[in-house]
Amino acid sequence: MKTVNIKIDGVALTVPEGTTVLEAARMANVSIPTLCFLKDINQIGACRMCVVEIKGARALQAACVYPVSEGLEVITNSQKVRDARKVTLELILSNHDRQCLTCVRSENCELQKLSKQLNVKDIRFKALTDKEMQPIDNSSASIVRNNNKCVLCRRCVAVCQKVQTVSVIETIERGFRTRIGCAFDKPLAETSCVNCGQCIAVCPVGALTENTHIPQVWNAIADPDKYVVFQTAPAVRASIGEAFGLAIGERCTGKMVSAIRRLGVDKVFDTDTGADLTIMEEGTELLNRIKNGGKLPLITSCSPGWIKFCEHNYPDFLDNLSSCKSPHQMFGAVLKTYYAQKMGIDPAKMYVVSVMPCTAKKFEAQREEMKNSSGYVDVDAVLTTRELARMIEEAGIDFKALPDTDFDDPMGNATGAGVIFGATGGVMEAALRTVADVLTGESAPMEKIDYHAVRGIEGIKEAEVEVAGIKVRLAVASGLGNARKLLDSIRAGKAQYDFIEIMACPGGCVNGGGQIIQPSSVRSWTDLRTERAKILYDEDKALPLRKSHDNPMIKELYDEFYGNPGSEKAHHDLHTHYIARGKY
Amino acid sequence: MGVDCGNCSDEKSRKLLAVIEAEKDNPGSLIRILHEAQEIYGYLPIEVQKFVADNTGIPLAEIYGVVTFYAQFSLKPKGQNKINVCLGTACYVKGAEGILDRLKKELNMDVGDCTEDGKFSLDACRCVGACGLAPVIMINDDCYGRLVPDQVPGILAKY
Ligand code: SF4
Ligand code: SF4
Ligand code: SF4
Ligand code: FES
Repeated sequence: MKTVNIKIDGVALTVPEGTTVLEAARMANVSIPTLCFLKDINQIGACRMCVVEIKGARALQAACVYPVSEGLEVITNSQKVRDARKVTLELILSNHDRQCLTCVRSENCELQKLSKQLNVKDIRFKALTDKEMQPIDNSSASIVRNNNKCVLCRRCVAVCQKVQTVSVIETIERGFRTRIGCAFDKPLAETSCVNCGQCIAVCPVGALTENTHIPQVWNAIADPDKYVVFQTAPAVRASIGEAFGLAIGERCTGKMVSAIRRLGVDKVFDTDTGADLTIMEEGTELLNRIKNGGKLPLITSCSPGWIKFCEHNYPDFLDNLSSCKSPHQMFGAVLKTYYAQKMGIDPAKMYVVSVMPCTAKKFEAQREEMKNSSGYVDVDAVLTTRELARMIEEAGIDFKALPDTDFDDPMGNATGAGVIFGATGGVMEAALRTVADVLTGESAPMEKIDYHAVRGIEGIKEAEVEVAGIKVRLAVASGLGNARKLLDSIRAGKAQYDFIEIMACPGGCVNGGGQIIQPSSVRSWTDLRTERAKILYDEDKALPLRKSHDNPMIKELYDEFYGNPGSEKAHHDLHTHYIARGKY
Repeated sequence: MGVDCGNCSDEKSRKLLAVIEAEKDNPGSLIRILHEAQEIYGYLPIEVQKFVADNTGIPLAEIYGVVTFYAQFSLKPKGQNKINVCLGTACYVKGAEGILDRLKKELNMDVGDCTEDGKFSLDACRCVGACGLAPVIMINDDCYGRLVPDQVPGILAKY
């Protein structure tokens, strides 16, 4: 690798050629403020927060896009630089709806932090008048857009276009009227937005948030007539600690369960049990399709963002989708039928709350197809990991000081197979563990059940495995841009598979759009996906049961209620169907 | 693959398709394609933008972003008679806003719109260079100067 010698604030260092000044400064432990910058996703030099002096250049330069060269001398902290940054920031703040006190992002806001860091004490430009306020778009079941807090960094646009290739949001008009919006200023709900929430995850401010269900959940908890059941997806435990100062990648399943219990709910269950159930159903579907010459490849259906993407853009693949509902919907259906019956609870009084790393599940829970099994909606409310953290904070619970407790019996004991659902490749691995045993009719030893080929964060993974003498061609894609590539190659006849796992979010649910938001200063330099996924694989390793079909609860459920996987009753309660939607 | 918007025939969409085919792979082609599309249809309604999106693979939101970025593109049809009200400094000082308000009232529409019968469209523009005559409006190529609002109905009646 070719290197160059440069100086940053008088300190000499050698860095690889092509490094940006911003990255080089990091190596020299000099921090340069940024706002629009998001490594690899948005490096457009738009906000000019990161300006520095370059010796020999007349104008200040944006560090995030300026490449180093031999002999370059950079000054990051002169009066001129500080003044320029401050004026830029004041201009951004001047048409910002500065209501930090009531803003969801307060204390986790990159703009607020910059304002403190740059010591802004007075904003010389006029503030937004009521007339200049833009309407808030809360049409979507999942996403709320408030342009009055938007700093036009375009990070959301970049992630929606480049990473997800959904491309429904754009910068519209110019000058003072510039805004983020959809084609023809349509409300988000009327577009092909898939509700993945990746735009929220990258927004530095409070301009993008989830459509919150916190008020109705508090109401249900306060209602003595309601039997409130929480279920948490595997990936939630991999991120929630970050909201309370735990390190990224620190396990806190037990504390999370304790915290939820202290909110005053009746039961806390693990969605992983639903994931185990999904594996039984989906594994059976795969076996049937392979044996009976059914439609292949079978594509997983756990990710509602992916489902909506498929409905809009790849309607020709709808028959390839597994008909399985996603794990939390299956679990909700089980709770309101089997469990309610068993416990003598009126399902009309049961209120099921899914805590998810995902904003798309808010949309999914409201789909008409999810309302038929018990005669009630499977899931009443969906909270993101962030919303759960907010409720814990509101309840005055000291998360870090909580003891570890276990999920409630009997629905709370899942297997390691259910846990790894939260990482890309996890559903596939879990399915293979079960399918292999069913096909061979014996139980594979523990050391044989780790399918390393499908682990890791690469966007597209391929493998061919032999399961009981049958060759199965696998592919795993995460991030919708990767899903698009994979499907296009199948459409073009260039690739053939039997079983495909697709997750809408890059890296799978651990990096879902509902997870705790990390600022660009962390996100750009930390591999959140790997750190968080580690928690899940560690938990899987530590669990005594690691195959879905070994879960005693699952056995009981089939014995007492559904008969066999894929039975008519199972189909009625646990499966769904899809709709072709327009491209726009 | 026609553009279904009532007043545009298949002839037009064939023409646009030819433009797209010719331009498609050139860098920066979108602006030229949109420019031609506007020449063909007179404006760029949602159906035309979708047609461009479908045939170029460029996302609709991006196309809309470009169309709204450049003043040369119009989302609404132009009338048979295009009214332009000068809002340059001189005209503004001499009461152009009063003229504009009266036009809006007489025609019952807003700036950028077109009357339902397609007869008039109304736009505001920067200085037309006739400051001596301020306030000025242009209707097609006719220029009317030193106006007061009460003259507006009489002028409109000529068209
Ligand atoms: S987005 Fe940030 S700066 Fe703006 S109101 Fe919210 S917390 Fe305050
Ligand atoms: S939720 Fe996903 S698809 Fe919708 S606008 Fe945001 S990034 Fe794009
Ligand atoms: S909505 Fe958020 S991410 Fe998108 S441009 Fe505005 S501030 Fe940036
Ligand atoms: S221009 Fe560098 S961070 Fe925005």
